[in-house]
Amino acid sequence: MAEAQNIPAGSTTAGSIAVAAESTVATRMSAPPSFDVADFPVPHGREEEWRFTPLERLRGLHDGTAVASGEGVKVEVEAPEGVTVETVGRDDERLGKAGTPVDRVAAQAYSSFEKASVVTVAKEAVLTEPIRIAVHGQGGVAFGHQVIELGAFAEAVVVIDHTGDAVLAANVDYVLGDGAKLTVVSVQDWDEKAVHVAQHNALVGRDASFKSVVVTFGGDVVRIHPRVQYAAPGGEAELFGLYFTDAGQHQEHRLLVDHNTPHCKSNVAYKGALQGQDAHAVWIGDVLIQAAAEGTDTYELNRNLVLTDGARVDSVPNLEIETGEIAGAGHASATGRFDDEQLFYLMARGIPEAEARRLVVRGFFAELVQQIGLPDVQERLLAKIEAELEASV
Amino acid sequence: MATLEIHDLHVSVEAENGPREILKGVDLTIKQGETHAVMGPNGSGKSTLAYSLAGHPKYTITGGTVTLDGEDVLEMSVDERARAGVFLAMQYPVEVPGVSVSNFLRTSATAVRGEAPKLRTWVKEVKSAMEQLQMDPAFAERNVNEGFSGGEKKRHEILQLELLKPKIAILDETDSGLDVDALRIVSEGVNRVRETGEVGTLLITHYTRILRYIKPDFVHVFANGRIVESGGAELADQLENEGYDKYVKGGASA
Repeated sequence: MAEAQNIPAGSTTAGSIAVAAESTVATRMSAPPSFDVADFPVPHGREEEWRFTPLERLRGLHDGTAVASGEGVKVEVEAPEGVTVETVGRDDERLGKAGTPVDRVAAQAYSSFEKASVVTVAKEAVLTEPIRIAVHGQGGVAFGHQVIELGAFAEAVVVIDHTGDAVLAANVDYVLGDGAKLTVVSVQDWDEKAVHVAQHNALVGRDASFKSVVVTFGGDVVRIHPRVQYAAPGGEAELFGLYFTDAGQHQEHRLLVDHNTPHCKSNVAYKGALQGQDAHAVWIGDVLIQAAAEGTDTYELNRNLVLTDGARVDSVPNLEIETGEIAGAGHASATGRFDDEQLFYLMARGIPEAEARRLVVRGFFAELVQQIGLPDVQERLLAKIEAELEASV
Repeated sequence: MATLEIHDLHVSVEAENGPREILKGVDLTIKQGETHAVMGPNGSGKSTLAYSLAGHPKYTITGGTVTLDGEDVLEMSVDERARAGVFLAMQYPVEVPGVSVSNFLRTSATAVRGEAPKLRTWVKEVKSAMEQLQMDPAFAERNVNEGFSGGEKKRHEILQLELLKPKIAILDETDSGLDVDALRIVSEGVNRVRETGEVGTLLITHYTRILRYIKPDFVHVFANGRIVESGGAELADQLENEGYDKYVKGGASA
């Protein structure tokens, strides 16, 4: 079946091409999912799920040496009426319902957090204002757990903003009741030394719609792992991502859409720009269509724009299909360079160099930014992209 | 009256075994309103002349001068040259993913004209220029040169020529790879610009075919990095009949 083949991913600036590993989505992790960190061996870096990540820069999140310190992160939730915000203990039964940690750092986060935050939107409540969650790093180590749960037919937009400096490992659960609509924007706008590793688990109810927008600009190492499962047929998931990787930064986005239920849809689109020496972006897009998931419709795309020499992209789409009875499945990945010839062409038409770069980068992101559908977030992103470009000139 | 003066221009490129001189003393003066055809065999350095004038970083100027109305062109960056009025229609236009033709044209016109064109008149201007070049309006929403056919790329170059109204237009093998219909449409575009009398044209070509549509005032034969013979339009007829053999053999120093 043609759709199941791996299309070679975009080339890196080093000229090599990353393609999906031979192992399958289901079996490629080195240990089965578990809430207990003890179930995972300390990674050495050659495991499929760790082979792109600079373990030595995780500040001990992966080997148990990172210990929560008093001033970890400060979390502030600003919620409109109709929303319940609670801080709960480890034994709250609402925790961990959307998914199980799949790697050692996620399990470490689950084994180590003390208090979790649970945000609940009541059944049928339709919010007109977004829920804003500010996660501000205070320079310490923190383990977090957050649950956002929408009752049936509830509608909400959540904007999670990560700023400051921290070493943070966290799990975030999104639980969507039947017919619920949730848009979550997670912005990683960390200071330059921050380390952030997070697993996002979405459980999409019958006929519910989940839209995730992951935006990564800052940090030393950011590794985000959005995962989607469907609780019942008719669910839809849109996973959008945008990253701007600067010199020395490692930004990794690993996605899994697990089509375990019939007649669900998913659409993944991640775009990133890279500039500077040793800027490293990793994108892993796993889509699994299980035998039971007839009528699945899925597409995933990753595009990278390399603006300077010295940057590296690893882009690995992987689509695995266990049933022929699907509506559609496809994937695409490409990495392009903004090269001297493009620059010459634009400048030969009178356009100054800095503006030429802006034109290309803005054009590259524009279509994706428009799909976010939240004007204030869109404007902020465009302004941030401009600022990144300014900083580079 | 705008005048481009090229005097004793020497240009090298980096080759595997050190710099290699491609242009070996080019002298040429192009005045507004004039059309000069530069013709020559492959590898004679014609395209190097075009790209050197536009400022491509691959080429190193090792001697000589280029001035536009007395201003030193060689001192200018690529974008400054374009804004000063030098336009290069490229033989192999470059794809620029993510940038639509309409956005590109407007950004470019804004840069060259020094102010953003008024939206209403601009839309009309682009529309009528595209119609004359028989370009589909949907073209404006495609990304610059991405997936364009050879003919579309050349029309797009001439569209820019018409919109940017340079003082000096350098057309680098604009005729190559075009069928007769496309050649006629593109040539008509060039002629519309020439008829304004405000552009000096340097038409670089391997073939005499395009000269049936675009009548040059001067024809120069280019061989081995310099102009070896100059004359009027009749020189093109001679080349048509005799080819470049006599210029290529024996070291090409006429």
